[in-house]
Amino acid sequence: MKKIIELKNVTKAFDGEVVLDNISLDIYDNEFLTLLGPSGCGKTTTLRLIGGFESADEGDIIFMGENINNVPPHKRNVNTVFQRYALFPHLNVFENVAFPLREKKVPKAEIEQKVRDMLSLVALTGFEHRSVTSLSGGQQQRVAIARALVSQPKVLLLDEPLAALDLKLRKDMQQELKKIQKATGITFVFVTHDQEEALSMSDTVVVMSEGRIQQIGTPIDIYNEPENAFVADFIGESNIVDGVMLEDRKVAFSGHVFDCVDVGFGKKEPVDVVVRPEDVDIVAEEKGMLKGVVTSVTFLGVHYEIIVDINGFKWMIQTTDFVDVDEHIGLYIEPDAIHIMRKSEYSGMFGDYSSFSNELDELSDAESEMDE
Amino acid sequence: MKRNAPGQRGLLQKLILAPYSVWAALFIVVPLGFVAYYAFTDSNFNFTLDNITRFFTATSTVTEGEVTREVHTYLLIFVRSLKLAVISTFICLLMGYPMAYIMSRASSRTQKILVTLIMIPMWMNFLIRTYAWMTILQDTGIFNGLLGLVGLGPVHIIGTESAVVIGMVYDYFPYMILPIYSIMAKMDVKLIEAAKDLGCNSLGVLRRVIWPLSLPGVISGIIMVLIPSISTFYISQKLGNGKFYLIGDAIEGQYVANNLHFAAAIAFILMVILLVCMAFMQRYANKKAVVA
Repeated sequence: MKKIIELKNVTKAFDGEVVLDNISLDIYDNEFLTLLGPSGCGKTTTLRLIGGFESADEGDIIFMGENINNVPPHKRNVNTVFQRYALFPHLNVFENVAFPLREKKVPKAEIEQKVRDMLSLVALTGFEHRSVTSLSGGQQQRVAIARALVSQPKVLLLDEPLAALDLKLRKDMQQELKKIQKATGITFVFVTHDQEEALSMSDTVVVMSEGRIQQIGTPIDIYNEPENAFVADFIGESNIVDGVMLEDRKVAFSGHVFDCVDVGFGKKEPVDVVVRPEDVDIVAEEKGMLKGVVTSVTFLGVHYEIIVDINGFKWMIQTTDFVDVDEHIGLYIEPDAIHIMRKSEYSGMFGDYSSFSNELDELSDAESEMDE
Repeated sequence: MKRNAPGQRGLLQKLILAPYSVWAALFIVVPLGFVAYYAFTDSNFNFTLDNITRFFTATSTVTEGEVTREVHTYLLIFVRSLKLAVISTFICLLMGYPMAYIMSRASSRTQKILVTLIMIPMWMNFLIRTYAWMTILQDTGIFNGLLGLVGLGPVHIIGTESAVVIGMVYDYFPYMILPIYSIMAKMDVKLIEAAKDLGCNSLGVLRRVIWPLSLPGVISGIIMVLIPSISTFYISQKLGNGKFYLIGDAIEGQYVANNLHFAAAIAFILMVILLVCMAFMQRYANKKAVVA
């Protein structure tokens, strides 16, 4: 695969505050790459650097082998779908999509043809003469995509384009974006704080936090083999406990020695151990590798989400078996359900559910939806 | 409770609106009716078109050096007023547009300071400001003093058309800049970024996004400067030394001479012409907004 964009040791600060800290990233032709992270992690800044709206303090941005550090946005073969679409309110749907073509002085007949093709690609045929302000959020979104794609850029940058849509529409648009990306073969660089969105759409996910890249990988890699506690916590739910690697394939945590599949750690090396809530089996107390007391049970439709207190550390377990609060249960964990991570600066910050509350989760979600 | 359909007003709304309706009727509709009534009547309040025809037909002689010619008095005055007003409006737009843009992109603190600075002169009496310009522009005034310091001048300005234009531009400039600024300040910065992203250089962004979106502000700025400057009389008397008799002077002159009917006729004709111009401009703006 061909590299289309390379970021090399890029650093960016606003008013002395470092937003991007020595970032290096390769983006390949035809891939759907997602920059994922919480608000303020630098994902939008990365996108704006590629788009040309910000310039890097240090480092290089390479586009198809050429350094584009000093190339203004209008000369970059890259287009952006803005968070709130930024459609031109004084132009109708057709003219919004035709905007970049008119700037390039494309012949009239060709403009007509290309705009119609684009509108049919985003399923907006027949909306040509509608005012953009009369469209629904989803329709405006489609116009923005058509406008950004009509001049056939090499790369399409999408800045949280689905954040303003309701859940149902968001799911539909995710499918559609993926379809459009396949159909056009254009590289998509997608920014989101929604891990589900990232996992379901992307070829490559780049997890970012505090201006640094935490992990780059396929959605499956990122989920199954998180690099550190931050990634494990941010992608899905995780129980993260302190452990010690006794030898290859043997790890001790929570007062028990487990078989696992990880190798290559030092003898007695302290590690972070990740166990996903859906990978824990509930068994009778006496048969359990770990023993604990159920402190809360939440019914979520597909499964129950229960919190279990094991020696003061609270685990989250997702199960289809009903257990009651205050019940004493045993936990059984398969070797391949255990994932070992090296200690990092994020160790001990995540993965304990003692202060867990759905409400808090939603609060922090709403916060990260705001502009960065 | 049944909800009122849009356009249908409940009793409460009618009551709340009543004082305004009365005020509007008393101070806007009735005076306008009087102007029209006086314009179409003679001194015995019999219907006549004489006042109107007089505006278009009255002649007088003008001597310029050796040449003496006969002119249509009021048409000449009207054209002169229009010319000075258009020049002033154009200068206001030329200075105000870039300034409004720069203001709208400044930090919010700077924006507040600049808006206040622009408004402060408006708190002073209009006559005082005009008198101030008289002193500034006099042959021995501050302006020529400054020119003298850098070894230029003196330039004779007071009593020329330039002086009248300077006065008009100074007095009406805020009315141009503020509506444009308020539109631009509301403009989404992302639209400018989007235009750049889609291939526009700075000029393209200005031409294809900023200008069309700011057009409503420009139109109201033009209307708010053109209308008072076309009908001004005081500025031309003080800064033009009374040499440039404008349509406002004509109305004032007839009024002072107790010729109310003809004064009303001039005012009426001016009003009709301005209304027609405004209607055209609004239509142009709307068309632009829909089609472009």
